[in-house]
Amino acid sequence: MIEAPVKEPRELQGDDGVSVELVSRTFRTRRGPVHALASMSLRARPGEIVTVVGPSGCGKTTLLELVCGLQLPDSGTVRCAPAVLMPQRDLLLPWCTALDNAGLALRARGVGRAQARATAAPWLERFGLAGFEHARPAELSGGMRQRVSFLRSLLAGKPLLALDEPFAALDAITRLQMQDWLIEVLASEPRTVLLVTHDVEEAVVLGDRVVVMSGRPGHAVAEIEVSLARPRRRGDPAVVALREQVLAALGVSA
Amino acid sequence: MRRGLSGWPWRAAALLVALVALWELYVDLGGADPLILPAPHEVARSLWVDRSLLGSNFLVTAEEVLLGILLASVTGLAFSAAIHFSPTLRRAVYPLLVASQTLPIPIVAPVLVLWLGFGILPKLVVIALVSFFSIVVTTLAGFAAVDPDLIKLMRTFDAPRQRTFRHIELPAALPSLFTGAKIAVTVAVIGAVFAEQAGASSGLGYLFEQSIPQLLTARAYAAVVILSAFAISLFALLSLAERWALPWAYQREQAAAP
Repeated sequence: MIEAPVKEPRELQGDDGVSVELVSRTFRTRRGPVHALASMSLRARPGEIVTVVGPSGCGKTTLLELVCGLQLPDSGTVRCAPAVLMPQRDLLLPWCTALDNAGLALRARGVGRAQARATAAPWLERFGLAGFEHARPAELSGGMRQRVSFLRSLLAGKPLLALDEPFAALDAITRLQMQDWLIEVLASEPRTVLLVTHDVEEAVVLGDRVVVMSGRPGHAVAEIEVSLARPRRRGDPAVVALREQVLAALGVSA
Repeated sequence: MRRGLSGWPWRAAALLVALVALWELYVDLGGADPLILPAPHEVARSLWVDRSLLGSNFLVTAEEVLLGILLASVTGLAFSAAIHFSPTLRRAVYPLLVASQTLPIPIVAPVLVLWLGFGILPKLVVIALVSFFSIVVTTLAGFAAVDPDLIKLMRTFDAPRQRTFRHIELPAALPSLFTGAKIAVTVAVIGAVFAEQAGASSGLGYLFEQSIPQLLTARAYAAVVILSAFAISLFALLSLAERWALPWAYQREQAAAP
Protein backbone atom coordinates (compact mmCIF):
# COMPACT_ATOMS: atom_id res chain seq x y z
CA MET A 1 0.00 0.00 0.00
CA ILE A 2 1.40 3.36 -1.01
CA GLU A 3 1.78 5.87 1.78
CA ALA A 4 -0.10 8.94 0.64
CA PRO A 5 0.52 12.43 1.94
CA VAL A 6 -2.17 13.03 4.52
CA LYS A 7 -3.73 16.40 3.77
CA GLU A 8 -6.30 16.14 6.51
CA PRO A 9 -4.20 15.53 9.60
CA ARG A 10 -6.30 14.29 12.48
CA GLU A 11 -5.08 13.51 15.90
CA LEU A 12 -7.97 12.38 18.05
CA GLN A 13 -8.49 14.64 21.03
CA GLY A 14 -9.85 13.89 24.47
CA ASP A 15 -13.26 15.29 23.57
CA ASP A 16 -13.65 13.37 20.33
CA GLY A 17 -15.98 10.81 21.87
CA VAL A 18 -19.73 10.48 21.95
CA SER A 19 -22.08 10.93 24.87
CA VAL A 20 -25.76 10.31 24.36
CA GLU A 21 -27.67 10.61 27.66
CA LEU A 22 -31.28 9.50 28.12
CA VAL A 23 -32.33 10.80 24.73
CA SER A 24 -35.93 10.58 23.57
CA ARG A 25 -37.24 11.39 20.15
CA THR A 26 -40.82 11.22 18.94
CA PHE A 27 -42.07 11.91 15.42
CA ARG A 28 -45.54 13.16 14.75
CA THR A 29 -47.10 11.39 11.81
CA ARG A 30 -50.58 11.37 10.42
CA ARG A 31 -51.20 8.06 12.12
CA GLY A 32 -50.20 9.43 15.50
CA PRO A 33 -46.89 9.84 17.31
CA VAL A 34 -44.05 7.40 16.65
CA HIS A 35 -41.66 6.99 19.56
CA ALA A 36 -38.35 6.32 17.83
CA LEU A 37 -36.10 6.56 20.86
CA ALA A 38 -36.90 6.56 24.56
CA SER A 39 -34.18 7.06 27.19
CA MET A 40 -31.45 5.95 24.84
CA SER A 41 -27.95 6.23 26.24
CA LEU A 42 -24.66 5.45 24.59
CA ARG A 43 -21.04 6.44 25.01
CA ALA A 44 -17.99 6.08 22.83
CA ARG A 45 -14.45 6.90 23.86
CA PRO A 46 -12.24 8.73 21.36
CA GLY A 47 -10.98 6.27 18.76
CA GLU A 48 -13.40 3.56 19.81
CA ILE A 49 -15.51 1.59 17.36
CA VAL A 50 -18.97 1.18 18.82
CA THR A 51 -21.38 -0.97 16.85
CA VAL A 52 -25.12 -0.69 17.40
CA VAL A 53 -27.44 -3.61 16.62
CA GLY A 54 -31.16 -3.78 16.96
CA PRO A 55 -34.31 -4.94 15.21
CA SER A 56 -35.60 -2.97 12.21
CA GLY A 57 -37.27 0.30 13.07
CA CYS A 58 -35.60 0.61 16.48
CA GLY A 59 -34.45 4.16 15.81
CA LYS A 60 -30.89 3.37 14.77
CA THR A 61 -30.94 5.86 11.92
CA THR A 62 -32.54 8.47 14.20
CA LEU A 63 -29.69 7.89 16.65
CA LEU A 64 -27.09 8.59 13.96
CA GLU A 65 -28.91 11.69 12.76
CA LEU A 66 -28.99 13.01 16.34
CA VAL A 67 -25.26 12.41 16.64
CA CYS A 68 -24.66 14.20 13.32
CA GLY A 69 -26.74 17.16 14.44
CA LEU A 70 -29.33 16.55 11.71
CA GLN A 71 -32.05 16.28 14.36
CA LEU A 72 -32.46 17.56 17.89
CA PRO A 73 -33.60 15.35 20.78
CA ASP A 74 -36.95 16.04 22.42
CA SER A 75 -35.29 15.38 25.76
CA GLY A 76 -31.88 14.25 26.99
CA THR A 77 -28.50 15.43 25.82
CA VAL A 78 -26.27 14.62 22.88
CA ARG A 79 -22.67 15.69 23.26
CA CYS A 80 -20.25 14.59 20.62
CA ALA A 81 -17.43 15.62 18.36
CA PRO A 82 -18.20 16.92 14.86
CA ALA A 83 -19.62 13.94 13.02
CA VAL A 84 -19.99 13.03 9.39
CA LEU A 85 -22.57 10.65 8.00
CA MET A 86 -21.99 7.75 5.69
CA PRO A 87 -25.43 6.87 4.39
CA GLN A 88 -26.73 3.36 3.92
CA ARG A 89 -26.67 3.48 0.13
CA ASP A 90 -23.55 4.87 -1.47
CA LEU A 91 -25.45 7.79 -3.09
CA LEU A 92 -22.55 8.65 -5.37
CA LEU A 93 -23.29 11.43 -7.84
CA PRO A 94 -23.78 9.72 -11.22
CA TRP A 95 -22.46 12.74 -13.15
CA CYS A 96 -19.18 12.85 -11.23
CA THR A 97 -16.12 10.63 -11.59
CA ALA A 98 -14.90 8.54 -8.66
CA LEU A 99 -12.29 11.25 -8.05
CA ASP A 100 -14.84 14.07 -7.92
CA ASN A 101 -17.21 12.02 -5.78
CA ALA A 102 -14.42 11.34 -3.30
CA GLY A 103 -13.63 15.05 -3.10
CA LEU A 104 -17.24 16.17 -2.57
CA ALA A 105 -16.74 17.01 1.12
CA LEU A 106 -13.90 19.34 0.15
CA ARG A 107 -15.99 20.99 -2.57
CA ALA A 108 -18.78 21.38 0.00
CA ARG A 109 -16.38 23.41 2.14
CA GLY A 110 -15.58 25.67 -0.81
CA VAL A 111 -12.29 24.08 -1.90
CA GLY A 112 -11.66 24.55 -5.63
CA ARG A 113 -12.03 21.70 -8.11
CA ALA A 114 -8.31 21.29 -8.82
CA GLN A 115 -7.36 21.36 -5.15
CA ALA A 116 -10.08 18.84 -4.22
CA ARG A 117 -8.88 16.47 -6.96
CA ALA A 118 -5.25 16.81 -5.90
CA THR A 119 -6.21 15.97 -2.31
CA ALA A 120 -8.47 13.03 -3.17
CA ALA A 121 -6.27 11.39 -5.84
CA PRO A 122 -3.65 9.78 -3.55
CA TRP A 123 -6.43 8.47 -1.33
CA LEU A 124 -8.11 6.66 -4.20
CA GLU A 125 -4.84 4.92 -4.89
CA ARG A 126 -4.52 4.00 -1.23
CA PHE A 127 -8.05 2.61 -1.24
CA GLY A 128 -7.27 0.29 -4.15
CA LEU A 129 -9.07 2.42 -6.71
CA ALA A 130 -6.05 3.37 -8.83
CA GLY A 131 -7.03 3.47 -12.50
CA PHE A 132 -10.67 4.17 -11.64
CA GLU A 133 -10.24 7.88 -10.88
CA HIS A 134 -12.16 8.88 -13.99
CA ALA A 135 -14.76 6.11 -13.90
CA ARG A 136 -18.32 7.11 -13.23
CA PRO A 137 -20.21 5.31 -10.43
CA ALA A 138 -22.15 3.22 -12.97
CA GLU A 139 -18.85 1.67 -14.05
CA LEU A 140 -17.81 0.66 -10.52
CA SER A 141 -18.66 -2.49 -8.60
CA GLY A 142 -20.66 -2.33 -5.38
CA GLY A 143 -17.57 -2.72 -3.21
CA MET A 144 -15.70 0.00 -5.10
CA ARG A 145 -18.64 2.36 -4.81
CA GLN A 146 -18.81 1.78 -1.07
CA ARG A 147 -15.09 2.50 -0.78
CA VAL A 148 -15.51 5.77 -2.70
CA SER A 149 -18.47 6.63 -0.49
CA PHE A 150 -16.43 5.89 2.66
CA LEU A 151 -13.53 7.97 1.35
CA ARG A 152 -15.91 10.83 0.60
CA SER A 153 -17.04 10.87 4.24
CA LEU A 154 -13.49 10.33 5.56
CA LEU A 155 -12.20 13.37 3.65
CA ALA A 156 -14.66 15.57 5.50
CA GLY A 157 -11.89 15.46 8.10
CA LYS A 158 -14.16 15.03 11.11
CA PRO A 159 -13.21 12.96 14.16
CA LEU A 160 -16.47 11.02 14.34
CA LEU A 161 -17.86 8.73 11.63
CA ALA A 162 -21.53 7.75 11.75
CA LEU A 163 -21.94 4.71 9.50
CA ASP A 164 -25.49 3.66 8.72
CA GLU A 165 -25.48 -0.03 7.76
CA PRO A 166 -22.61 0.66 5.38
CA PHE A 167 -22.32 -2.85 3.97
CA ALA A 168 -25.97 -3.94 4.05
CA ALA A 169 -26.45 -3.53 0.31
CA LEU A 170 -23.41 -5.60 -0.64
CA ASP A 171 -23.30 -9.28 -1.49
CA ALA A 172 -22.12 -11.59 1.30
CA ILE A 173 -18.56 -12.08 0.05
CA THR A 174 -17.94 -8.41 -0.69
CA ARG A 175 -19.39 -7.54 2.71
CA LEU A 176 -16.80 -9.71 4.52
CA GLN A 177 -13.99 -8.17 2.45
CA MET A 178 -15.23 -4.67 3.19
CA GLN A 179 -15.39 -5.39 6.95
CA ASP A 180 -11.72 -6.41 6.95
CA TRP A 181 -10.89 -3.43 4.77
CA LEU A 182 -12.63 -1.00 7.14
CA ILE A 183 -10.62 -2.25 10.12
CA GLU A 184 -7.42 -1.90 8.10
CA VAL A 185 -8.27 1.69 7.10
CA LEU A 186 -9.25 2.70 10.63
CA ALA A 187 -5.96 1.33 11.94
CA SER A 188 -4.09 3.92 9.89
CA GLU A 189 -6.78 6.64 10.04
CA PRO A 190 -8.09 6.56 13.57
CA ARG A 191 -11.59 7.86 14.05
CA THR A 192 -14.29 7.44 16.61
CA VAL A 193 -16.84 5.26 14.87
CA LEU A 194 -20.52 4.66 15.46
CA LEU A 195 -21.62 1.86 13.17
CA VAL A 196 -25.22 0.82 12.96
CA THR A 197 -25.95 -2.65 11.60
CA HIS A 198 -28.48 -5.43 11.73
CA ASP A 199 -25.78 -8.02 11.17
CA VAL A 200 -24.83 -9.44 14.57
CA GLU A 201 -21.61 -11.04 13.33
CA GLU A 202 -20.56 -7.75 11.75
CA ALA A 203 -21.19 -5.96 15.04
CA VAL A 204 -18.99 -8.41 16.95
CA VAL A 205 -16.19 -8.60 14.38
CA LEU A 206 -15.91 -4.82 13.95
CA GLY A 207 -16.81 -3.34 17.32
CA ASP A 208 -14.75 -2.59 20.39
CA ARG A 209 -18.13 -2.57 22.06
CA VAL A 210 -21.55 -3.71 20.89
CA VAL A 211 -24.62 -1.80 22.00
CA VAL A 212 -27.83 -3.83 21.68
CA MET A 213 -31.04 -1.89 21.22
CA SER A 214 -34.62 -2.89 21.92
CA GLY A 215 -37.44 -2.59 19.46
CA ARG A 216 -39.33 0.70 19.17
CA PRO A 217 -39.12 2.88 21.18
CA GLY A 218 -35.40 2.16 21.01
CA HIS A 219 -33.13 2.13 24.01
CA ALA A 220 -29.97 0.27 24.95
CA VAL A 221 -30.72 -3.09 26.54
CA ALA A 222 -27.20 -4.48 26.67
CA GLU A 223 -23.63 -3.41 26.18
CA ILE A 224 -21.11 -6.05 25.33
CA GLU A 225 -17.39 -5.39 25.52
CA VAL A 226 -15.41 -7.11 22.74
CA SER A 227 -11.86 -7.31 24.00
CA LEU A 228 -10.52 -9.56 21.28
CA ALA A 229 -7.37 -8.86 19.30
CA ARG A 230 -7.65 -7.94 15.62
CA PRO A 231 -7.87 -9.29 13.02
CA ARG A 232 -10.72 -11.40 14.35
CA ARG A 233 -11.62 -14.69 12.75
CA ARG A 234 -15.34 -15.19 12.30
CA GLY A 235 -15.10 -18.86 13.29
CA ASP A 236 -13.15 -18.08 16.46
CA PRO A 237 -15.01 -19.65 19.43
CA ALA A 238 -14.75 -16.34 21.32
CA VAL A 239 -16.42 -14.49 18.42
CA VAL A 240 -19.12 -17.14 18.17
CA ALA A 241 -19.75 -16.95 21.93
CA LEU A 242 -20.10 -13.15 21.79
CA ARG A 243 -22.42 -13.47 18.82
CA GLU A 244 -24.66 -15.74 20.84
CA GLN A 245 -24.52 -13.31 23.73
CA VAL A 246 -25.70 -10.48 21.45
CA LEU A 247 -28.44 -12.65 19.95
CA ALA A 248 -29.61 -13.55 23.45
CA ALA A 249 -29.77 -9.85 24.33
CA LEU A 250 -31.88 -9.35 21.19
CA GLY A 251 -34.18 -12.10 22.41
CA VAL A 252 -33.27 -14.44 19.58
CA SER A 253 -32.04 -17.95 20.33
CA ALA A 254 -28.79 -18.78 18.55
CA MET B 1 -26.00 3.14 -25.29
CA ARG B 2 -26.97 3.52 -28.92
CA ARG B 3 -30.46 2.18 -28.40
CA GLY B 4 -33.02 4.38 -30.10
CA LEU B 5 -30.61 6.09 -32.49
CA SER B 6 -30.49 3.49 -35.24
CA GLY B 7 -33.97 2.04 -35.44
CA TRP B 8 -36.77 4.46 -34.74
CA PRO B 9 -37.11 6.83 -37.71
CA TRP B 10 -37.83 4.09 -40.27
CA ARG B 11 -41.09 2.91 -38.82
CA ALA B 12 -42.28 6.47 -38.33
CA ALA B 13 -41.23 7.32 -41.89
CA ALA B 14 -43.04 4.28 -43.30
CA LEU B 15 -46.24 5.23 -41.45
CA LEU B 16 -45.90 8.81 -42.65
CA VAL B 17 -45.49 7.69 -46.28
CA ALA B 18 -48.59 5.49 -45.95
CA LEU B 19 -50.66 8.35 -44.50
CA VAL B 20 -49.50 10.77 -47.21
CA ALA B 21 -50.37 8.20 -49.87
CA LEU B 22 -53.88 7.82 -48.41
CA TRP B 23 -54.29 11.60 -48.40
CA GLU B 24 -53.14 11.82 -52.03
CA LEU B 25 -55.57 9.09 -53.09
CA TYR B 26 -58.42 10.69 -51.16
CA VAL B 27 -57.96 14.08 -52.89
CA ASP B 28 -57.23 12.59 -56.33
CA LEU B 29 -60.36 10.44 -56.18
CA GLY B 30 -62.43 13.57 -55.53
CA GLY B 31 -62.93 13.17 -51.79
CA ALA B 32 -62.21 16.84 -51.18
CA ASP B 33 -62.02 20.10 -53.09
CA PRO B 34 -58.29 20.75 -53.78
CA LEU B 35 -58.83 24.39 -52.80
CA ILE B 36 -59.84 23.26 -49.33
CA LEU B 37 -57.60 20.24 -49.00
CA PRO B 38 -54.69 20.36 -51.44
CA ALA B 39 -53.14 17.06 -52.46
CA PRO B 40 -49.68 16.29 -51.06
CA HIS B 41 -48.10 16.75 -54.50
CA GLU B 42 -49.50 20.30 -54.62
CA VAL B 43 -47.99 21.00 -51.18
CA ALA B 44 -44.70 19.55 -52.38
CA ARG B 45 -44.79 21.73 -55.48
CA SER B 46 -45.43 24.81 -53.31
CA LEU B 47 -42.52 23.83 -51.07
CA TRP B 48 -40.32 24.00 -54.19
CA VAL B 49 -41.89 26.90 -56.10
CA ASP B 50 -42.30 29.16 -53.04
CA ARG B 51 -39.00 28.11 -51.49
CA SER B 52 -37.49 31.59 -51.19
CA LEU B 53 -40.70 33.05 -49.73
CA LEU B 54 -41.09 30.12 -47.33
CA GLY B 55 -37.38 30.23 -46.50
CA SER B 56 -37.26 33.90 -45.56
CA ASN B 57 -40.42 33.60 -43.44
CA PHE B 58 -39.07 30.43 -41.83
CA LEU B 59 -35.97 32.29 -40.66
CA VAL B 60 -38.18 34.85 -38.91
CA THR B 61 -40.21 32.18 -37.10
CA ALA B 62 -37.14 30.11 -36.29
CA GLU B 63 -35.50 33.10 -34.61
CA GLU B 64 -38.63 33.72 -32.55
CA VAL B 65 -38.92 30.09 -31.48
CA LEU B 66 -35.24 29.66 -30.60
CA LEU B 67 -35.07 32.90 -28.62
CA GLY B 68 -38.42 32.14 -27.00
CA ILE B 69 -37.28 28.67 -25.87
CA LEU B 70 -34.04 30.13 -24.58
CA LEU B 71 -35.98 32.78 -22.66
CA ALA B 72 -38.37 30.16 -21.27
CA SER B 73 -35.49 27.86 -20.24
CA VAL B 74 -33.53 30.56 -18.46
CA THR B 75 -36.52 32.09 -16.68
CA GLY B 76 -38.03 28.62 -16.08
CA LEU B 77 -34.86 27.39 -14.40
CA ALA B 78 -34.52 30.55 -12.29
CA PHE B 79 -38.20 30.41 -11.37
CA SER B 80 -38.01 26.71 -10.43
CA ALA B 81 -34.98 27.35 -8.23
CA ALA B 82 -36.75 30.24 -6.49
CA ILE B 83 -39.86 28.13 -5.88
CA HIS B 84 -37.72 25.22 -4.73
CA PHE B 85 -35.99 27.39 -2.12
CA SER B 86 -39.08 29.14 -0.84
CA PRO B 87 -42.17 27.11 0.13
CA THR B 88 -43.98 30.40 0.69
CA LEU B 89 -43.24 31.53 -2.83
CA ARG B 90 -44.30 28.11 -4.08
CA ARG B 91 -47.68 28.34 -2.36
CA ALA B 92 -48.19 31.90 -3.58
CA VAL B 93 -47.04 31.60 -7.16
CA TYR B 94 -47.58 28.00 -8.25
CA PRO B 95 -51.39 28.22 -8.50
CA LEU B 96 -51.04 31.41 -10.53
CA LEU B 97 -48.56 29.66 -12.79
CA VAL B 98 -51.12 26.93 -13.44
CA ALA B 99 -53.74 29.60 -14.06
CA SER B 100 -51.47 31.25 -16.64
CA GLN B 101 -51.67 28.03 -18.66
CA THR B 102 -55.43 28.29 -18.91
CA LEU B 103 -55.20 31.67 -20.67
CA PRO B 104 -56.39 31.24 -24.26
CA ILE B 105 -53.34 32.26 -26.26
CA PRO B 106 -55.36 33.42 -29.35
CA ILE B 107 -56.97 36.02 -27.08
CA VAL B 108 -53.87 36.97 -25.10
CA ALA B 109 -51.62 37.33 -28.14
CA PRO B 110 -53.40 40.38 -29.69
CA VAL B 111 -53.42 42.10 -26.29
CA LEU B 112 -49.69 41.55 -25.99
CA VAL B 113 -49.16 42.92 -29.49
CA LEU B 114 -51.13 46.07 -28.62
CA TRP B 115 -49.09 46.41 -25.47
CA LEU B 116 -45.60 45.46 -26.68
CA GLY B 117 -45.77 46.49 -30.34
CA PHE B 118 -45.31 44.61 -33.60
CA GLY B 119 -41.67 43.66 -33.04
CA ILE B 120 -40.25 40.34 -31.86
CA LEU B 121 -40.94 41.03 -28.18
CA PRO B 122 -44.65 40.01 -28.00
CA LYS B 123 -43.78 36.82 -29.94
CA LEU B 124 -41.09 35.92 -27.44
CA VAL B 125 -43.49 36.55 -24.56
CA VAL B 126 -46.18 34.33 -26.11
CA ILE B 127 -43.70 31.53 -26.87
CA ALA B 128 -42.19 31.77 -23.39
CA LEU B 129 -45.68 31.78 -21.89
CA VAL B 130 -46.67 28.51 -23.58
CA SER B 131 -43.32 26.73 -23.07
CA PHE B 132 -42.42 28.01 -19.60
CA PHE B 133 -44.86 25.75 -17.78
CA SER B 134 -43.54 22.36 -18.88
CA ILE B 135 -40.00 23.48 -18.09
CA VAL B 136 -40.91 24.64 -14.58
CA VAL B 137 -42.96 21.54 -13.78
CA THR B 138 -40.32 19.04 -14.94
CA THR B 139 -37.42 20.97 -13.38
CA LEU B 140 -39.22 21.16 -10.04
CA ALA B 141 -39.81 17.42 -10.22
CA GLY B 142 -36.08 17.01 -10.88
CA PHE B 143 -35.19 19.01 -7.76
CA ALA B 144 -37.70 17.07 -5.68
CA ALA B 145 -36.32 13.72 -6.86
CA VAL B 146 -32.95 14.32 -5.20
CA ASP B 147 -32.42 11.78 -2.43
CA PRO B 148 -32.99 13.47 0.97
CA ASP B 149 -30.09 11.45 2.40
CA LEU B 150 -27.78 13.23 -0.04
CA ILE B 151 -28.94 16.59 1.32
CA LYS B 152 -28.31 15.30 4.86
CA LEU B 153 -24.85 14.14 3.81
CA MET B 154 -24.05 17.61 2.50
CA ARG B 155 -25.23 19.09 5.80
CA THR B 156 -22.78 16.91 7.73
CA PHE B 157 -20.14 18.20 5.30
CA ASP B 158 -21.10 21.68 6.57
CA ALA B 159 -22.06 22.75 3.04
CA PRO B 160 -24.00 26.02 2.82
CA ARG B 161 -27.42 25.57 1.24
CA GLN B 162 -26.49 27.22 -2.06
CA ARG B 163 -23.46 24.97 -2.45
CA THR B 164 -25.64 21.90 -2.01
CA PHE B 165 -27.84 23.33 -4.74
CA ARG B 166 -24.92 23.90 -7.07
CA HIS B 167 -23.21 20.55 -6.54
CA ILE B 168 -26.23 18.28 -6.08
CA GLU B 169 -29.67 19.62 -6.96
CA LEU B 170 -28.84 21.65 -10.05
CA PRO B 171 -26.91 18.91 -11.91
CA ALA B 172 -29.47 16.32 -10.78
CA ALA B 173 -32.30 18.37 -12.32
CA LEU B 174 -30.63 18.97 -15.70
CA PRO B 175 -32.14 15.85 -17.36
CA SER B 176 -35.57 17.07 -16.22
CA LEU B 177 -34.87 20.51 -17.64
CA PHE B 178 -34.10 18.86 -20.97
CA THR B 179 -37.33 16.87 -20.78
CA GLY B 180 -39.26 20.07 -20.16
CA ALA B 181 -37.52 21.81 -23.04
CA LYS B 182 -38.34 18.89 -25.37
CA ILE B 183 -42.03 19.21 -24.52
CA ALA B 184 -41.73 22.98 -24.82
CA VAL B 185 -40.35 23.07 -28.39
CA THR B 186 -43.45 21.43 -29.78
CA VAL B 187 -45.84 23.93 -28.21
CA ALA B 188 -43.46 26.83 -28.83
CA VAL B 189 -44.01 26.46 -32.58
CA ILE B 190 -47.77 26.67 -32.05
CA GLY B 191 -47.27 29.72 -29.84
CA ALA B 192 -45.21 31.38 -32.55
CA VAL B 193 -48.02 30.92 -35.08
CA PHE B 194 -50.62 32.48 -32.78
CA ALA B 195 -48.29 35.36 -31.97
CA GLU B 196 -47.64 36.06 -35.66
CA GLN B 197 -51.34 35.88 -36.50
CA ALA B 198 -52.00 38.50 -33.82
CA GLY B 199 -49.81 41.03 -35.56
CA ALA B 200 -46.79 40.45 -37.71
CA SER B 201 -45.48 41.27 -41.16
CA SER B 202 -43.45 38.12 -41.65
CA GLY B 203 -43.05 34.58 -40.37
CA LEU B 204 -44.61 31.27 -41.32
CA GLY B 205 -47.68 31.91 -39.14
CA TYR B 206 -48.18 35.23 -40.89
CA LEU B 207 -47.70 33.58 -44.29
CA PHE B 208 -50.26 30.92 -43.38
CA GLU B 209 -52.72 33.60 -42.32
CA GLN B 210 -52.16 35.47 -45.63
CA SER B 211 -52.38 32.40 -47.84
CA ILE B 212 -55.81 31.13 -46.76
CA PRO B 213 -57.92 34.11 -47.94
CA GLN B 214 -55.94 34.12 -51.21
CA LEU B 215 -56.96 30.48 -51.64
CA LEU B 216 -53.30 29.53 -51.73
CA THR B 217 -54.03 26.53 -49.53
CA ALA B 218 -51.10 24.50 -50.83
CA ARG B 219 -48.75 27.26 -49.68
CA ALA B 220 -50.49 27.40 -46.29
CA TYR B 221 -50.00 23.65 -45.94
CA ALA B 222 -46.39 24.01 -47.02
CA ALA B 223 -45.89 26.47 -44.16
CA VAL B 224 -47.40 23.94 -41.75
CA VAL B 225 -45.13 21.17 -43.08
CA ILE B 226 -42.08 23.35 -42.47
CA LEU B 227 -43.28 24.23 -38.95
CA SER B 228 -43.77 20.54 -38.09
CA ALA B 229 -40.42 19.58 -39.53
CA PHE B 230 -38.84 22.39 -37.55
CA ALA B 231 -40.43 21.26 -34.27
CA ILE B 232 -39.38 17.65 -34.89
CA SER B 233 -35.83 18.76 -35.72
CA LEU B 234 -35.62 20.83 -32.54
CA PHE B 235 -36.86 17.86 -30.52
CA ALA B 236 -34.28 15.57 -32.11
CA LEU B 237 -31.55 18.17 -31.69
CA LEU B 238 -32.35 18.56 -28.00
CA SER B 239 -32.26 14.77 -27.57
CA LEU B 240 -28.83 14.66 -29.18
CA ALA B 241 -27.61 17.61 -27.11
CA GLU B 242 -28.82 15.88 -23.98
CA ARG B 243 -26.94 12.69 -24.79
CA TRP B 244 -23.85 14.71 -25.48
CA ALA B 245 -24.08 16.98 -22.43
CA LEU B 246 -25.41 14.47 -19.90
CA PRO B 247 -24.04 11.06 -20.89
CA TRP B 248 -24.36 9.86 -17.29
CA ALA B 249 -28.14 10.10 -17.49
CA TYR B 250 -28.08 7.37 -20.15
CA GLN B 251 -25.49 5.22 -18.49
CA ARG B 252 -27.16 2.30 -16.83
CA GLU B 253 -25.31 0.26 -14.28
CA GLN B 254 -22.86 -2.03 -15.97
CA ALA B 255 -21.11 -4.96 -14.43
CA ALA B 256 -17.56 -4.00 -13.54
CA ALA B 257 -14.60 -5.77 -12.04
CA PRO B 258 -15.17 -6.25 -8.31
